[in-house]
Amino acid sequence: MNSIILSAATRVVTPLMVAFSLFVLLRGHNEPGGGFIGGLVAATAFALYAKAMGVPATLKALRLPPPTIAVVGLLMSTVAGLWGLFQAGAFLKGMWPLYGIGLPIGSVLLFDIGVYMVVVGSVLTILFALEFDVANSDSEDLPGGED
Amino acid sequence: MSAYSLNASSRAPTGSRLLRYAPALLSAAVCGAFATLLPTIASNEVIRVAWPWIPGLGVELSFLIDGLSLTFALLITGIGALVFAYSASYFKGHPKLVRLLVLLVLFELSMLGLVLADNLLLMFVFWELTTITSFLLVGFDHEKADARNKALQALLVTGGGGLALLAGILLLGAVAGTYEASLLPLAADQIKEHGHYAAILILVLIGAFTKSAQFPFHFWLPNAMAAPTPVSAYLHSATMVKAGVYLLARMTPTLGGTEAWLWSLTIVGGVTAVLASIWALRQTDLKLALAYTTVMALGTITMFLGGASAIALTAAATFLIVHAFYKAALFLAIGILDKKAGSREIDGLGGLARPMWRTWIVVSLAALSMAGFPPFLGFIGKELKYEGALAVASEPLLVVTFAVLANAMMVAIAGAVALKPFFGPRRTPVEKPADPPFAMWLGPALLAVAGLGFGVAPQLIGSSLINPTTSVMTGDLVDKQFKLWHGINIPLMLSILTFALGVAFYLNLARLRRLLARLEERGLWAAESGYDAMLAGLKAFAAWQTLVIQPGRLTHYLFWTAVTLAVLIWGGLVAGGFTVMPKAYPMPSLIEWTMLALATFGAVATVVTRSRLLAILALGLLGISIAALFVFYGAIDVAITQLLVETLVVVLVAVALLKLPRLTPHRTINVRWSHLGVSTAVGAGVSLSLLAVLSTDLDRSIPSFFEETSVPEAFGRNIVNVILVDFRALDTLGEIGVVVIAALGALALLRLKGERTKEATR
Repeated sequence: MNSIILSAATRVVTPLMVAFSLFVLLRGHNEPGGGFIGGLVAATAFALYAKAMGVPATLKALRLPPPTIAVVGLLMSTVAGLWGLFQAGAFLKGMWPLYGIGLPIGSVLLFDIGVYMVVVGSVLTILFALEFDVANSDSEDLPGGED
Repeated sequence: MSAYSLNASSRAPTGSRLLRYAPALLSAAVCGAFATLLPTIASNEVIRVAWPWIPGLGVELSFLIDGLSLTFALLITGIGALVFAYSASYFKGHPKLVRLLVLLVLFELSMLGLVLADNLLLMFVFWELTTITSFLLVGFDHEKADARNKALQALLVTGGGGLALLAGILLLGAVAGTYEASLLPLAADQIKEHGHYAAILILVLIGAFTKSAQFPFHFWLPNAMAAPTPVSAYLHSATMVKAGVYLLARMTPTLGGTEAWLWSLTIVGGVTAVLASIWALRQTDLKLALAYTTVMALGTITMFLGGASAIALTAAATFLIVHAFYKAALFLAIGILDKKAGSREIDGLGGLARPMWRTWIVVSLAALSMAGFPPFLGFIGKELKYEGALAVASEPLLVVTFAVLANAMMVAIAGAVALKPFFGPRRTPVEKPADPPFAMWLGPALLAVAGLGFGVAPQLIGSSLINPTTSVMTGDLVDKQFKLWHGINIPLMLSILTFALGVAFYLNLARLRRLLARLEERGLWAAESGYDAMLAGLKAFAAWQTLVIQPGRLTHYLFWTAVTLAVLIWGGLVAGGFTVMPKAYPMPSLIEWTMLALATFGAVATVVTRSRLLAILALGLLGISIAALFVFYGAIDVAITQLLVETLVVVLVAVALLKLPRLTPHRTINVRWSHLGVSTAVGAGVSLSLLAVLSTDLDRSIPSFFEETSVPEAFGRNIVNVILVDFRALDTLGEIGVVVIAALGALALLRLKGERTKEATR
């Protein structure tokens, strides 16, 4: 896909969308939003970027391969659960270590960031695998794996 | 077997000598520890320890040491120590020695747990562990398809029996009100009179008979000889196959004594014993011959456990120990012949008495005990058998006939094992046959000498071990005096008859073998073909039902999912009596009507169009109209999620669009009508059930709970998100786990397909 309008717009829109996804993630506890919705927004942003710039460029921009992002996210959510287990004796009990000084940050936010990363990682894993598969069956001499 | 010696010289990554012999030393130490309990047990006390495990289900980590379990524990650890030392030498330098020793130790621990557990459910856990570890041990040479098949056969037969046993234990526990084996005899009368007694008996017997290779489940045991010889010596003579016998002995005071018990044990055990000794005569492979005599021994023990009288049970307990000594010694000795003389074919060996004189002495001592010559322990065992046979409650003549026939054939086989390979002209595949290293002949030698020593002084194990064992089975104290010489009586006459018959069999061995081979060709005694037919049938059925349920067409899966859904919904509606009209029926506004119209248009267009692009767009229209409806009803989070998912679905499908085949290429009118019917049923059913939900009073307790606690307890005002990440976070964790698995699965599938296309295009 080599449309100048698309790639020019993407340069502006993608950062905005990623920033917006983080905003949605963080405000989720009090306003509509949260890790799942934020993750979907971010996944859409990277899908757009991949349409405009190609999968290899998107992978470079992501720094981590999508499956790794998904698995790390799952691990973070699990760790958030274990935190409550070890400190309060109940798996996934919400821990708020900084609430005393007015910061609502703790295991629940860690859990939600994990959800965010799982959604981004999983959607992009499937999308890029599909893109690669389709491209690969068109011609033979494409680069090896996507990660 | 020659593969092991080839490997031995080339690479030896198997650790130091101390490490190799550590399992043997540890096992010997445990055996010694158990031996210190002998005085306690000899005075007919029991030791019981217990920890709570799952109190709600009546499962306790309870262990019991009485005469019966101590006998088994000593055999398991004692023979275990000798077999481990033997294996460390037998497999010296073998690349999988560590694996073998670890598996053997795991098996030993499972077996110990099985005989020491007092709680039947705990015992069952160990029972299954022995099945699994023995599967791994029989399939030790897993590069060979034959070993894998035979390991699987042993697993399926004993594992299937294990399932029956579990059902039996559960029924037994329900009837008796306890799972503790030590408490069950107190409820014996109640169990025997209960309506479930027959079911319990059948299920427990299936478990015991499969494990102890009784007819018609015997075939897996000779096939399990695919295992390396030390493994066979340990599992298939001394320990695992005796687990079934142990179970029968343990159950004797609880389930025994009834007509059904007497007859099933006597007939099954007797038939097994006689058939197995005939099969044993037929074999030319020494190891296989021994395997069949093991089946025979198990049959004999089973038959005597059915005997009910104290003397018959004493015979069973004594023969159990006798057999463990001589059979383990002989198996290990066959392993020596195989390794040092290069063959275990009875016709391939001869004249080895001089070059392998140590082995010959060991084999002769063990074989004399097996044949039941005085002054060996085997003689005492045999005399007791005849004494017990004359005293059985069911049918003494039948049992005596079984016992004499089986024992006579044992004499012939003992003669064949002890004489044929060692005399006559020298015949070996190996240039220079020689005795094995110390660690290899120590085990069989000790076992064979024990058979002689305990024969000369039977009171040594008689009062300390056999009498307490029998007491456990009979329920009251047994004080049998063990002597070599009983004077001239009927058992002695029967012994003399046995020897005469045995010598006659031995002298006509070649002729008998030819006769049996001819009978075998006519397809007699083909119990294994039943197993094969069953397995083939099962596979065919699995293939058929896979083809029907999983033809690999997505349409098919979705169709049946929808059919199931429709049936469930309509079933619920019919059962609930169609209370579907809501009390207050709010009139939709104009904009809501518009959205509904758009959604309907999208749905119809999706189904009607022949273009995938149009279908995807129409589906998007449907989704977005519904998202808009969510907005009007205040479900903002749901609406946002719906919109984003719609967007991503379009992106994903757009990628694959070019590669997808045309829509509806070969769909007939009938198929389309059936699809229409099913989707209408689902749609109407869902609508009606939603209306039914609306017609009831909404239970406000759960929403109010979340409304009241969301801010004070979870510090969040967005209840939907608070539920997702805090109150019901475990659900979310499960869901994101599924998402990751699905993504990785899709990745793997697409990669696989990509590689196949690459290969195909090259």
